[in-house]
Amino acid sequence: MGVSALLATLFVPLAGAIAVMFIHRDQAVAAKRTALGFSIFAFVASLFLLPQFDSSNVSMQYVIDQAWIPTLDAGFRIGVDGISLPLVLLTALIMPIALLASFDPITKNVKAYYALMLLLQFGMTGVFVSWDTFLFYIFWELILIPMYFIIGIWGGKDRIYAAVKFFLYTLVGSLLMLLAIIWLGLQAKWAGVGFTADLIELQKIGPTIGMDVQQWLFWAFAISFLIKVPLFPLHTWLPDAHVQAPTAGSVILAGVLLKLGTYGLIRFNLGLFPQASERFATLISALAVVGIVYGALVAMVQTDIKKLVAYSSVSHLGFVVLGIFSMNNEGVQGAVLQMINHGISTPMLFLCVGVLYERRHTREISDYGGVTKVMPRFAVMFAVAMFASVGLPGLNGFVGEFLTLLGAFKSTTLGTPWFTIVSASGVIFAAVYLLWMFQRVMFGTNDNPENHHLRDLNVKEYWQLVPLALLAVWLGVQPRPLMMLSEQSVAAIVKAAAIVKVIQP
Amino acid sequence: MNMEILGSLPLVVIWLALGAVGVAIQAFVRDNTRLVFGYYIFTLALTAVLAMMHAGYKATAFSGMVTVGGYANYFDVLFCGAGIMSMLAARPYLQREGIELDEFYTLLVSAVAGMMLIAHSANLISLFVGVELMSISFYVMTGFLRTNIRSIEGALKYFLLGAFASGFLVYGMSLIYGATGSLGYGEIHAAIASGNVAYPKLLAIGCVMMAVALGFKVAAFPFHQWAPDVYEGAPSVVTAFMSTAGKAAAFSAFVSIFMSIMPQGAKLTPQLQDILAMMAAITMLVGNITAVAQTNVKRMLAYSSVAHAGYLVMGIVANSDNGHSAIVFYVTSYVFMQLGAFVVVGLLERGNEDNLQISDYAGLAKREPVLAFIMSVFMFSLAGIPPMAGFFGKYLLFVSVIESHLWLTLVAVLSSLISAYFYLGLVVKMYFSESEGHHQPVQSGIAGITLAITTAASIVLGLFTSQMLALFATWWPTWWKVLG
Repeated sequence: MGVSALLATLFVPLAGAIAVMFIHRDQAVAAKRTALGFSIFAFVASLFLLPQFDSSNVSMQYVIDQAWIPTLDAGFRIGVDGISLPLVLLTALIMPIALLASFDPITKNVKAYYALMLLLQFGMTGVFVSWDTFLFYIFWELILIPMYFIIGIWGGKDRIYAAVKFFLYTLVGSLLMLLAIIWLGLQAKWAGVGFTADLIELQKIGPTIGMDVQQWLFWAFAISFLIKVPLFPLHTWLPDAHVQAPTAGSVILAGVLLKLGTYGLIRFNLGLFPQASERFATLISALAVVGIVYGALVAMVQTDIKKLVAYSSVSHLGFVVLGIFSMNNEGVQGAVLQMINHGISTPMLFLCVGVLYERRHTREISDYGGVTKVMPRFAVMFAVAMFASVGLPGLNGFVGEFLTLLGAFKSTTLGTPWFTIVSASGVIFAAVYLLWMFQRVMFGTNDNPENHHLRDLNVKEYWQLVPLALLAVWLGVQPRPLMMLSEQSVAAIVKAAAIVKVIQP
Repeated sequence: MNMEILGSLPLVVIWLALGAVGVAIQAFVRDNTRLVFGYYIFTLALTAVLAMMHAGYKATAFSGMVTVGGYANYFDVLFCGAGIMSMLAARPYLQREGIELDEFYTLLVSAVAGMMLIAHSANLISLFVGVELMSISFYVMTGFLRTNIRSIEGALKYFLLGAFASGFLVYGMSLIYGATGSLGYGEIHAAIASGNVAYPKLLAIGCVMMAVALGFKVAAFPFHQWAPDVYEGAPSVVTAFMSTAGKAAAFSAFVSIFMSIMPQGAKLTPQLQDILAMMAAITMLVGNITAVAQTNVKRMLAYSSVAHAGYLVMGIVANSDNGHSAIVFYVTSYVFMQLGAFVVVGLLERGNEDNLQISDYAGLAKREPVLAFIMSVFMFSLAGIPPMAGFFGKYLLFVSVIESHLWLTLVAVLSSLISAYFYLGLVVKMYFSESEGHHQPVQSGIAGITLAITTAASIVLGLFTSQMLALFATWWPTWWKVLG
């Protein structure tokens, strides 16, 4: 059952994309419903991954290993482990919500839009389930094309600039990664295993590669992933992409796309190159800390709500990177949690921004004020999203952030508490910029006549926000099930890295 | 003996069809364009089928002048396929431009015959005959828009420079003959591999001259200058044909000749590899960087085709079975994506060089959604973005050469990045910009068949990578045994 659920989760979106293409272009409603139907089907299928999943087993599960290009030993190898499963579920959950959020705003070229969104889901799910470097790369690049069109066609005023910037930034990274993938395959060949793209083989080869080569491979992968995360100073594409993308595009971007980078860091950098990770952990963590503080400070001075949320992502993802390069159980576990939690709370924030924008067609904070009076229900949802993002205890954001900070504090790799001390200020700043924004938008006097008659949430918007809000509360009160899912897989990766550290100091 | 006769059937059929019957039809039947067109389509299809049927053979024929089976037959099918696709696209184009003369089809098929001879040749003489037959057909086809000054200019330029390159080719051949005492690939390979060379210096000069001549034919730096002018001046369908099938043919010669003159372990081999590596690196960079600056779609695609020649030369540099397989795979995917792209250009082109600027493509997605989609597939494939066919070819080339020339792979990656910029630029124009002015709707007619085939191939070819590589892998181990 698990294997068919995995196949369904991966391929139903692709089937949906093809199905949508065959719908007549005048039948916009049919296209919307078909797309939503397929994405809900994929979500339901993804839930069937859970019952049989054995979280104490650290190797990948629901494996499919189908030979594809024997001369390169590239195969259709998919499966999930405790780290990728939550992300697969997150992707499957976010997509129907994003599609629902597009029903009203997207009016031009509807058919193409939904086909591209589903194609995007196919690519993202593929990245999380691939256990083959070649396949991973194909999915990784597959994401580029639909996202580029989604920003470029349905985006805001400067959408073309943002789309091209997004494309080129990502391509720079991924071409480096392509080289590294080939070079890594050759390392396996020279080690006597034969040229391969099999990640399991490569995980054995990786740590045996000498430092002189390993550091280059490490950076080739790392740069590609860090651009995607994005880590300061590689983050400049993100605010542009977010601001110009349609609401659903931002939801996907913040909810899932950014996690591709951090997932890659755990899977490839930590998993394949432990020595190099050990050596460069301090440098990358330092950049992460700079990103946390810088992102928070820049978010504070934004006048555009969406840009504010975009910069908050730079700050929040910094915690994830910091956790990963703490290279201990708490840190990496915290990073995984923070990935999921950020994937719940930030899409919510973007959805709320979208709700406001739909009504007023402006994102300037100063155009709002006292919205709570006219939209009380919306205010509740917005508050949940905002507090989850701040990291208020009792909501989901707290646990992950706390664990990453704890991990960094205890980390022998980083070796100093200063990383934690400085980045903890990011938590305070987050409270400052989010609460301040909330106060200016939602409270105060509603003295702008245009804000006097805003509609409160409609049914569609409830369907988008309520599931995420419930999840945020549930994961805040009861993070245990999610932690159990990934615990052992995280421990295995950390342990593998630690063993290497003992052997080769 | 039986194998020899049956195996050489594709060659014989196309020559007979062309020489005897085709010319006869033209001479004795009036108002015969449709007949000629249908007849040549049939001929090419028949030749392709025969080539497929006899692909399993491994032999030489005509006293060792040509090989039959395997590699050569694969290219037969590719050339005939490209020929059919080009003819289907050419008919509506020529009718629209009012220059549909049946000689066009005759020239096209004679070029295919020349290409087939190139792929089949096992001897420098037959190679030369093939190259000349192909090139002369191309010269005439380039100038087919008789009243258009650019077309004439392109033809003249192509002819003069091409004749010059042929001179290099013959001179190189004669020096190799002088050094090794033979014109057959097998004997040349054996002589160089065993070090049994009378005048090593002459051999070195001869080999470099071959590189120059073939570099010209594939449009590699610094012998690429003709390509933009010729590709721009020639009718779009001619460009579609000669920049794809012509390049594939030149690379089939490149592979077989450099396998012969660069045996593993020979003294000259590393030096030749380094020369070719330099050539490949500069070709990629020059092609892609110049393409960025173009405003004319045809010129942009012409420079990109220069860059693709650079990628392909990497496979020669690798000088291994994997490298050669990668070349064959890449030219196959290249034929589809580039041919398709030029066909789209031809469909949008109007009269005297209208609608050829990149700015004319603005808002194409609104006016012609299907064409815009198809063109984007080609652009993404040419840029080497997975899962398009172009990516798989590029990947194979990178893998083949990374071990011996890491720096070359780095250059290739860098230039791929540059190329993404202009391929993407066209997609940006088509999808993200608004169109200006009035545009007539495009009637694709039977060119639609070509577009359907090329689009489908550009998307799905990658799925068949393993089968194709398995097929190619059967050729190389017996290569020298067959050639004797």
